[in-house]
Amino acid sequence: MTERQGTFVNIGERTNVTGSARFRKLIAESEYETALEVARQQVENGAQILDVNMDEGLLDSEAAMTTYLNLIASEPDISRVPIMVDSSKWSVIEAGLKCLQGKGIVNSISLKEGEEQFLQQARLVRHYGAAVVVMAFDEQGQADTAARKFEICKRAYDLLLEKVDFPPEDIIFDPNIFAVATGIEEHNNYAVDFFEGTRMIKENLPHALVSGGVSNVSFSFRGNNAVREAMHACFLYHAINNGMDMGIVNAGALPVYQDIPEDLRERIEDVLLNRREDATDRMLEIAEQYRGAGGAAKVIDDKWREEPVEKRLEHALVHGIGDFVEADVEEARLKADRPIHVIEGPLMDGMNVVGDLFGAGKMFLPQVVKSARVMKKAVAVLLPHIEAEKDEHQSAKGKILMATVKGDVHDIGKNIVGVVLQCNNYEVIDLGVMVPCAKILEVAAEEKVDAIGLSGLITPSLDEMVYVASEMQREGLDLPLLIGGATTSKMHTAVKIDPAYAKGPVVHVIDASRAVGVVQELLSRDRKAAYAEGIRADYQKMAEKRRTGRVDRDRISIADARANKAKIDWSGYQPPKPAFEGIKTFEDYPLQDLVDRIDWQPFFATWELRGRFPDILDDPKVGEAARPLWNDAQEMLKQIVEGGWAKPRAVIGFWPAKAEGDDIRLKTEAGETVVHTLRQQMPRGAESENRKPNLALSDYISPEGGDWLGGFTVTTGLEIERKAKEFEDDGDMYNSILVKALADRLAEAFAEHMHERVRREFWGYAADETLTNEQLIAEDYQGIRPAPGYPACPDHTEKGTLFELLDAEKQTGVELTESFAMWPASSVSGWYFSHPDARYFGLGRIERDQVEDYARRKGMSVEEVERWMAPSLAYDPDEERNKREAA
Amino acid sequence: MTEAARELSRLAEQRVVILDGAMGTMIQGLSLTEEHFRGDRFTDANHDLKGDNDILNLSQPEMIEDIHRQYFEAGADIAQTNTFNATSISQADYGLSHLAKEINVEGARIARRAADKVREEEGRPTFVAGALGPTNRTASISPDVSDPGARNTNFDELREAYLEATLGLIEGGADIILVETIFDTLNAKAALFAVEQAFDESGTRLPIMISGTITDRSGRTLSGQTPEAFWNSVRHANPFSVGFNCALGAKDLRPHVAELSRVADVRVSAYPNAGLPNEFGGYDEKPEQTAAHLGGWAEDGLVNVVGGCCGTTPAHIAAIARQVKAAAPRVVPQLSIRMRLSGLEPFDLRSAF
Repeated sequence: MTERQGTFVNIGERTNVTGSARFRKLIAESEYETALEVARQQVENGAQILDVNMDEGLLDSEAAMTTYLNLIASEPDISRVPIMVDSSKWSVIEAGLKCLQGKGIVNSISLKEGEEQFLQQARLVRHYGAAVVVMAFDEQGQADTAARKFEICKRAYDLLLEKVDFPPEDIIFDPNIFAVATGIEEHNNYAVDFFEGTRMIKENLPHALVSGGVSNVSFSFRGNNAVREAMHACFLYHAINNGMDMGIVNAGALPVYQDIPEDLRERIEDVLLNRREDATDRMLEIAEQYRGAGGAAKVIDDKWREEPVEKRLEHALVHGIGDFVEADVEEARLKADRPIHVIEGPLMDGMNVVGDLFGAGKMFLPQVVKSARVMKKAVAVLLPHIEAEKDEHQSAKGKILMATVKGDVHDIGKNIVGVVLQCNNYEVIDLGVMVPCAKILEVAAEEKVDAIGLSGLITPSLDEMVYVASEMQREGLDLPLLIGGATTSKMHTAVKIDPAYAKGPVVHVIDASRAVGVVQELLSRDRKAAYAEGIRADYQKMAEKRRTGRVDRDRISIADARANKAKIDWSGYQPPKPAFEGIKTFEDYPLQDLVDRIDWQPFFATWELRGRFPDILDDPKVGEAARPLWNDAQEMLKQIVEGGWAKPRAVIGFWPAKAEGDDIRLKTEAGETVVHTLRQQMPRGAESENRKPNLALSDYISPEGGDWLGGFTVTTGLEIERKAKEFEDDGDMYNSILVKALADRLAEAFAEHMHERVRREFWGYAADETLTNEQLIAEDYQGIRPAPGYPACPDHTEKGTLFELLDAEKQTGVELTESFAMWPASSVSGWYFSHPDARYFGLGRIERDQVEDYARRKGMSVEEVERWMAPSLAYDPDEERNKREAA
Repeated sequence: MTEAARELSRLAEQRVVILDGAMGTMIQGLSLTEEHFRGDRFTDANHDLKGDNDILNLSQPEMIEDIHRQYFEAGADIAQTNTFNATSISQADYGLSHLAKEINVEGARIARRAADKVREEEGRPTFVAGALGPTNRTASISPDVSDPGARNTNFDELREAYLEATLGLIEGGADIILVETIFDTLNAKAALFAVEQAFDESGTRLPIMISGTITDRSGRTLSGQTPEAFWNSVRHANPFSVGFNCALGAKDLRPHVAELSRVADVRVSAYPNAGLPNEFGGYDEKPEQTAAHLGGWAEDGLVNVVGGCCGTTPAHIAAIARQVKAAAPRVVPQLSIRMRLSGLEPFDLRSAF
């Protein structure tokens, strides 16, 4: 099982009056006892956290929340899991928090009503001792694009850490899952936006988590549950690969990703990944074919019943279908020489398939729980036969204690090993699941067992096993200790468990079939010592090898990152040639051309008016304020344009470029200028076709030369700053702010407009591009214009290089401060990249090896680079230095 | 941070810190009558006051100070104030809810006097831990078996009572706030919320010690939490220490303290009873026996703070102090950063990124 998949957390969603009509009815009618059963079922079906929501207009939500949570507190089967208190009303959330003795989660708070309320609620969450879901929602509204999602989450994250001292690991972002395939073009990218936003959050906001309500995505297919569930499974598959940690999902009803018919899956993924323009139409075409009476099982037909019995058992296990298992097992038993062979053969094979699919993120925990249920049923059929076969007269060969360790509930593997051992005439004392260490040691002593077997499926069990081993050591035991279960490994056993228990032998048992062999050796008087010594020597060698060849878990080396650069096939690629080489200056640019390009939403946000433009003008709440402002802005714009208050200036430039490693070498009049870029160092997993690259901006420039890099600086000019000052001096703050806000918008519009001209005209690679203003705002075009100091290239000092290349101070009057901020403030600068694959990304955190390399390339000291790059460092420079000095 | 807090941290770095022993056992040993409890001030009280140990802070302050003094002389570094039941909720049994604040102020003052005298005489740091007991009600357990949703108190009521008590303890000069004998974590969370509020209101921020109670050998609190789940529930208070006290003797408490020691990234405290009660409700464990257990824990690096609960006496504390003297305090582990939640059981999210 891979770490990533093993940790996706399912949040039970049925105890929600807004999501479940049945639950709403039960609560409305005060049928609390039955309502408790809904919670119990959720937990039994694998919900690891329980979401409770009582937001219904006709309910006294605070009272319902209190009553229900108090009742849950009296049910240990339910209250063993943490509670997510879900409400859009703070008073209901607070009522819920007052009933939780455990540490739960608040769902949710946001910046919707501004920073003050957000911080106040966050402080209270902290004092109640809960984690928190933060919606990607601010004063302007809900975030739709990846960039907006990230921007809001980053702002919330910084506020929480700086102002409330909120632990980052207790922050869960909900970047909004919206419906796709709605027929509205601007919704097409919503799933991609979620995936991208999630990735940016996970890469740039350390320890923060991502969650979401999955069922929103398929809202367009209401009534077609088969298609909806298939969409959810596909969505989760991609979202998890981008870093989603948890989700509110009816996971019990999810089909296995693998089993979704290929044509359906392809069309779903076309929609989710926004891969083709006609994706929605093609999805609608096919959706009707899959409309079932409801339930994912209908997607799959009954053909599997015609397969041979082994395949049928596998199918039943993978899909958690218990209906035919008794007959199938009986058939398999009659075919096999011995009943035990059915377990060791087809049943174990089927469970291995389950394990593989689970590991690959194609099955989820609740489905695995269902598989286990089928397995138990199958084993129950076989047990009497296995018992009967046992030789009653032979005395037991030894006594083995078996337990699934504390904190873990998975016992299939352990039960199978137990069965296999019993078949071979060992007496097995099975302590069940969640067995505390003290209990294991106590029973081991009382029963004088010959060996202890520990099992676990989830990763925390590994630590628990080490603990049990160390306690065995402390108590002076020397019994053999067997380690097994899906999460265990020979490596972990060698590195962590074996050293903790020097007094006795430790053996990792890879599967049930090996258990008997291992136990025989360990309990044999003659062979035990030699066998144990051999294993220990083997483990010590493994541990030693691991120590010497240790690699950083969190960041990969810069060398490895470079080896995984963006895969762009440069052979046969003809980089577009700009219309000119060097710089071109624009003086007193026509203002009217910029006015049409203004993105008005941020303008209203400056005035703390929330909402989408132009809907905001008719908004029942803020429309009244927005309309006059809009009129004033139009009036002011007219004055700016007609009165020539702003004198927009720009400089753009293009230089022949060639990528060399992470540098971009530019040919300039003066000779050569080097642009230094930084490369992502987050681990991308094992090499594979669809592994994500570790990006640097230099990846988008041809290493073979003949390519070009562009740069720009635009400004609305100093004149308008003066105008603002005049208003201010007159005591007219309204107009002063209005002018500045418009200047900012004009500068952004200028950057957007200039980029468009570059694409169509000056670089000319998209001469035919025709995009609406909305598409421009959504960045629907080829090529990017990343700005130094922003996520793709966070080193502000590179702005110095850009300004030198453009001679920007002289050409535009824009100056750089000692921190590389631009003055006047209504200015924008950045690089132009033309390659079709070029996209925005976040650098994430980088390791010291890259910092050293970068310092060398830039001719700066390491300390200086560390200072500029402080927010992007994956390590603590002081700590690192002390370590080095100590060494 | 107060000067006392800094001193306490320094002490805890050097060695295992010693808490005092049982107050109730010592008061019992004095065989006081109803008249003693009433003293001069409460001669006209409507309720019987015998058994209200906390009222002795007002009626017999010298007796309480003398007990504190005996514990300090036995080697305790920290005295726990005689305020276990001094909330308006618990004092309601005696009709004395209105005196809750005063009992806490005086409780802290008495311990303060004893601590300051010993500090003066022996030239070593001594501390006063203002004790907040569990109250006699629970916010997450129903008092009525046929109505599991019923409660005889709630978060807000508890928070109010604890706020008043904490403000009293701060006013009386406590160095530490000790939330102890927690058998329902929700009560403790209300207390911790109130303590935070009291710090804000008084402008004084003191170190917090948190001590839960494992009620039987199942290894859970009365309200059903495992040690790790308990720790996850109170970790947000960023306490000076977390630990267990009461209910069990050292022998049975060990695995649970060991468990906490493994998961808590703050100091760990433990002050068990002197064994399990005998058939007369008394405690038979000899000082050397208790001390031998605790000495073992210290040697194994499980604890930073030790002391005694029910049945322990100055002789126990002296023996414990001797026994742990040489041991290095537990090294506080650094845990990897990840979300840790809890219901009755812990939930630990390992993020893949």
